[in-house]
Amino acid sequence: MIIKQLSVFVENKKGRLQAITQVLADNDIDISALSLADTSDFGVLRLIVNKPDEAKAALNESGVVVKITDVVAVVMDDAPGGVAAVLKVFLDNEISVEYMYACVGKTTGKALMVVKTDDVTSAESVLESAGFALANPADIYRI
Amino acid sequence: MATKYLNENIETMPRDELKKLQSERLVAQVKRSYENVQCFRDRMDELGLKPEDIHGVEDLYKLPFAYKKDLRDYYPYGLFAVPMSQVKRLHASSGTTGKRIVVGYTQNDLDMWAECLARMLTGIGVTKDDIVQISFGYGLFTGGFGAHAGVEKIGATVVPMGSGNTALQIQTMIDFGVTVICCTPSYAMYLGEEIEKMGVKNQLKLKAGIFGAEPWTEEMRKQIEEKLGIKAYDIYGLSEVLGPGVACECEDQSGMHVWEDNFIVEIINPDTGEVLPEGSIGELVFTSLTKEAFPVIRYRTRDICQLITEPCSCGRTHIKMMKPQGRSDDMLIIRGVNVFPSQIEEVLLKVAGSEITPNYQIIVDRVNNTDTFEVNVEMNEDLFFDEVKVIEATEKKITAQLRSTLGLGVKVRLVNPKSIERSEGKAVRVIDKRILN
Repeated sequence: MIIKQLSVFVENKKGRLQAITQVLADNDIDISALSLADTSDFGVLRLIVNKPDEAKAALNESGVVVKITDVVAVVMDDAPGGVAAVLKVFLDNEISVEYMYACVGKTTGKALMVVKTDDVTSAESVLESAGFALANPADIYRI
Repeated sequence: MATKYLNENIETMPRDELKKLQSERLVAQVKRSYENVQCFRDRMDELGLKPEDIHGVEDLYKLPFAYKKDLRDYYPYGLFAVPMSQVKRLHASSGTTGKRIVVGYTQNDLDMWAECLARMLTGIGVTKDDIVQISFGYGLFTGGFGAHAGVEKIGATVVPMGSGNTALQIQTMIDFGVTVICCTPSYAMYLGEEIEKMGVKNQLKLKAGIFGAEPWTEEMRKQIEEKLGIKAYDIYGLSEVLGPGVACECEDQSGMHVWEDNFIVEIINPDTGEVLPEGSIGELVFTSLTKEAFPVIRYRTRDICQLITEPCSCGRTHIKMMKPQGRSDDMLIIRGVNVFPSQIEEVLLKVAGSEITPNYQIIVDRVNNTDTFEVNVEMNEDLFFDEVKVIEATEKKITAQLRSTLGLGVKVRLVNPKSIERSEGKAVRVIDKRILN
């Protein structure tokens, strides 16, 4: 299942992250997972939220540049080797990972890995053939 | 020390004679330009003026103005008044947009230019026994070759160093026993600081420096003089009129003598074009009287300036101009390079690949006596990508394109949309934090 992730441009300036998350708070948007990529000048904040379209509209309204990016969220064992097993599937199928970040799932003993690859559809199919479960939007947005 | 002149008759010519000489030369220059330069002829015709209507400097105000834009509209050779077979050299500098401007020189022009600089060098006590390091950029920029020819003319030794590589610059000064340095004032400050750090001031033989191509202050002059142990002299020029040497300081260090046998200088109201009375502050306008390949008549420099008519202690009768105080257009001079906001707009439009120019702001400051140049660009949907490396590539692309267009290093920063300050709804394009007055 393809998940809609928000990618937000964050100028490297005091208070920017707070301002962005405040907009989400004011609009009653719940963040399920979050990752921040940064350089010396700017950052890209990646968010999985419960209402991605509403969140994008609210952020745009506040003058923030946002794009919606398709990602997959794979369910993995919350145990040694859990991440390595997922990545092995990508390696074997020659799929490059652009970035990824983990979050805890609702199921005990399981964690979620949000993965962005150049081709999300094939990532989805190789993971499924390898027996991995993919979180569906309804689940992940509710974490 | 008695004042030394290169060409005493001309440099100390009584003003009434100088005016007569200017009048004769103006009449001839107007005639030549009318016959050879389409743009000038068209403008004269529009005003219903014929060369015969110009009898001397008293008629100057009747003549049409020339603008930097003309150099772009008639690019490359449309304003030249001689066939290319007589053009010995070309120089170029940045125009108001991506397109450069080009100027040409005949042998006589090059000789005249060398004489302008040689007069200055002689006036500040430089002789054939001196060793002069030229740290202005060589190449299409007029600084390097312009100063070079002046030094050769007086028979001093030239060290054609060019710009950059500070350690080597200083080593050269020490090893070669350099006595005079020519560069931009901010670079002179930087050299001074490095020399201080290295503790090699006592190994220098420097006695004088000629600094120009960018705005500087009396305070900077004091610091440069102290750090380098020299007398620091100011020089003014622009490629459209000649290059460095249009006006030069003498020992008195109280303003730059405009070589009035070659140029007529006026101060006008930049809004109305009206000639202002003596001593007023306004826009500098130059007419080149002797230039053959690329003559200009009433060229609008956009530099805001004041002229000094009082006689100078050096005995030269040629009028003096103060350091320009600013601009009547939006041109910035950053590390000696002319920068127009329109050039930046053009690059951003190209890189963004969109219909609308991303909002931007230029921030210029002077840190450790060197100009800093930053361009903030507001992020938008066209420039933003989910991947950091793609954004970084965009940032790098803008940086590289600006560098190649302007010939100047720049720090590009992507900022939040709508974060650039707006004044009455209009974005503030330039923030110049340099304090130069």
